[in-house]
Amino acid sequence: MQWDWNFIYQILPTLWQGVIVTVQATLLGSLVAAILGLFIAIAKRSSNKWISRPVSSLAMFVRGTPLLVQLYVLFFVLPDIGILLSPLAAGVIGIGVHYSAYTAEVYRAGIENIERGQWEAAKACNLSSHQIWIHVIIPQAVPPMIPALANYLLMMFKETPLLSAITVYELMTAARGVANSYYRYFEPMTLVGIFFLLISIPTVILLNRLEKKYSRRR
Amino acid sequence: MKEHDHTGDSMNAARPKAPSPIIEVKDISKSFGSHQVLKDLSFDVQPGEKLALIGPSGSGKTTILRILMTLETIDGGVIRIDGEPLWHMEKEGQLVPANEAHLHRMRTKVGMVFQLFNLFPHKTVLDNITMAPILTKGISRSDAKARAMELLDMVGLADKATAKPAQLSGGQKQRVAIARALALQPKIMLFDEVTSALDPEIVEEVLGVMRKLAAETDMTMLLVTHEMGFAHDFADRVLFFDAGRIIEQGPPDQIFRAPQEERTQLFLRKILAAGRAI
Repeated sequence: MQWDWNFIYQILPTLWQGVIVTVQATLLGSLVAAILGLFIAIAKRSSNKWISRPVSSLAMFVRGTPLLVQLYVLFFVLPDIGILLSPLAAGVIGIGVHYSAYTAEVYRAGIENIERGQWEAAKACNLSSHQIWIHVIIPQAVPPMIPALANYLLMMFKETPLLSAITVYELMTAARGVANSYYRYFEPMTLVGIFFLLISIPTVILLNRLEKKYSRRR
Repeated sequence: MKEHDHTGDSMNAARPKAPSPIIEVKDISKSFGSHQVLKDLSFDVQPGEKLALIGPSGSGKTTILRILMTLETIDGGVIRIDGEPLWHMEKEGQLVPANEAHLHRMRTKVGMVFQLFNLFPHKTVLDNITMAPILTKGISRSDAKARAMELLDMVGLADKATAKPAQLSGGQKQRVAIARALALQPKIMLFDEVTSALDPEIVEEVLGVMRKLAAETDMTMLLVTHEMGFAHDFADRVLFFDAGRIIEQGPPDQIFRAPQEERTQLFLRKILAAGRAI
């Protein structure tokens, strides 16, 4: 086994295409998880049982089944009922919805940390329900949650190689493609690992700083 | 302060016919689980009247304020504010439970100041005061700001407009909370133990603002307090609560100097023994 720089220069453009798709899938999936998770958290608190119960059950189902199974259902089963998604769309929806069930729990904890007096003062100010959420609760609840949310998004990023199972041309798919073509796994897989480390390590450092910042404020 | 010398029902009989009450509480009951907090509670409040609600902890004083602010529901009875039912709507001559739109409209008549201030910590003092008028009344930002500055001036905090609540003392926070409630120009103000969370030396700065408010406005005010001296000076009428009922009511001199009911006498003795002079 020998490190071959020439081989690396040769495969870098192909891997770069995979990097772009991995970043796209992570960013779009994060967006879905962050927004949908908030809606799930709010819906679970609804006094209307027709909203809170189905949403709670759905979130429990999503958390209780493996991401890989969900991706297979989205990409291979849905076409049977006429819903055809591109690999990237299925991947983004799958990973976004899966992690929204976790981010919803982060939001729930953050929302429950808001003192009852804040809700009451907002109501006494005659704010409507959505004004209370937008102007009083969310601005206070979200900043302390950022480290926990970002942690889940980092986990999501590290799970994007699962998207290769539904033919998304992300970094792992690209690396496996070149490895299979040249029967060399050492350089492509090492580069994949280095790429994930290059993103993960600074993110972990940033997360630690954010956590310290918000724990100081508490 | 006491130009509206409204007293108990028995005293009203001797005076010219009073205007329609701004608050009518009739046979209100309220329970938390198996604990009944209010038992067929009834009383009226005249426009501009200043009422002090006193009594031991758990007697239902705060609960009735919270019900008037629609923070707690009722189990039975009817409340009318300005002639309109608060927790009900009139539909084809019948009273039916109020919907959110009705409650929203009724809340415009009432403002509340809380024991723990409940300022919005992520907003500046100015934004705490202007947010609700802008969002709920459609007032322009500049008009809301001008009104807020007037109110801050009134409570002596014009120089704190850009501060965040965390930068204020307890007394300053409570004065901002009063300004915030006043910004919505309610007809009725509810004060729920507004000095209980304050250090003794800064209680007076909040009471001073309330005295000023009572003297300069004709707003109806209901005050739950353990500051008996202030209640005596501030109120036109004092209601003594115990176990979810009004045990005794009347002008402050009568309640504090010559209470008729044994439970009132006992409560006041205990308060005096605790050093809260009247």
